[in-house]
Amino acid sequence: MGLISGLRDSISRVTDGLFSEQEPKRIGIYGPPNAGKTTLANRIARDWTGDAIGTESHIPHETRRARRKEGVEIERNGKSVTIDIVDTPGVTTKVDYEEFTDEMDKDDAIRRSREATEGVAEAMHWLREDVDGVIYVLDSAEDPITQVNTMLIGIIESRDLPVLIFANKIDLEESSVKRIEDAFPQHKTVPLSAKEGENMDEVYGNIAEYFG
Amino acid sequence: MPEATNVDDDRRDGVQIDLISGQRMDGMASMEKIRMILDGVHNGNIVILEEGLTPDEESKLIEVTMAEISPDEFNGIEIETYPKSSTRDSSLLGRIMGGDEPPKKLTVIGPANQIETLHKDETLISALVSRN
Ligand SMILES: Nc1nc2c(ncn2[C@@H]2O[C@H](COP(=O)(O)OP(=O)(O)OP(=O)(O)O)[C@@H](O)[C@H]2O)c(=O)[nH]1
Ligand SMILES: [Mg+2]
Repeated sequence: MGLISGLRDSISRVTDGLFSEQEPKRIGIYGPPNAGKTTLANRIARDWTGDAIGTESHIPHETRRARRKEGVEIERNGKSVTIDIVDTPGVTTKVDYEEFTDEMDKDDAIRRSREATEGVAEAMHWLREDVDGVIYVLDSAEDPITQVNTMLIGIIESRDLPVLIFANKIDLEESSVKRIEDAFPQHKTVPLSAKEGENMDEVYGNIAEYFG
Repeated sequence: MPEATNVDDDRRDGVQIDLISGQRMDGMASMEKIRMILDGVHNGNIVILEEGLTPDEESKLIEVTMAEISPDEFNGIEIETYPKSSTRDSSLLGRIMGGDEPPKKLTVIGPANQIETLHKDETLISALVSRN
């Protein structure tokens, strides 16, 4: 092999690596605070890469910065899909620091609420600019018809992003998957418990099929 | 364009409601609409839009609301629309019939610390508005 053609080969190998035909799709995990988005993101990341993405908490607005885990390769039924997972702060139209004062002192509660508002704005920004698909996580023990859910699903639809609805916390007694299916009949709903790891086969099957 | 006037503070023991027609909204840029809504809400008013916002405007409304939240002063907004935007109108029929037109939906927006939704179903929104 001549010097020039060898050089050409190695250059094209490098550029192949840099610009592979398909960049991994960025899948945003969205939903109201406390739905279990980070628990789900951690489970997916642990199952396929071995490490976690962020901290989970029963106190709302635990995630206040969008966090991305790159190159998560999920295999299902011979199909393999590589995605970037973006765990986003729970979206709301109101934040009151007094919601946190039972759990922490006033200064920390005020700081948490300020960071939470920045986090919500950041999540909205990612949704407008930077995600290719959405996993919308709902706590199936709660009423799904809230203004935030309807608005966000409307925003996602208006951007023509593929979306899967995850009915989380099916381990809870008050859980109702049907209530979610009825609220958003135009989308596929997948039941799961991110915490207990229930129904993860179907979860991965749907991710591979939908975002592959 | 005239602004919605606010009653002097010492005359206020009620709740002011700004009912804004679709016609008036039609001539406004997105940010003007959002500013008008949030200025009203900051003054403690309930703002009712005859025709709702587009999804993009709703997304910006959430962002701007977040930027304006401040402890002990402003907790954000409560917002309700009727009929529900995504589940019916904007999905199949709404898109086929209306193209890119935003679905017409009555929208009620108020300060989060003063308005509380008591009940909502397909045909009724019931809200409690407290004075302060
Ligand atoms: N019972 C039950 N609890 C769950 C499940 N998934 C998450 N949780 C709990 O719900 C709480 C919130 O979980 P997170 O994963 O932090 O929720 P999040 O959606 O990331 O919340 P924010 O970051 O605040 O928006 C935690 O106490 C979790 O342990 C589930 O499948 N079942
Ligand atoms: Mg989280």
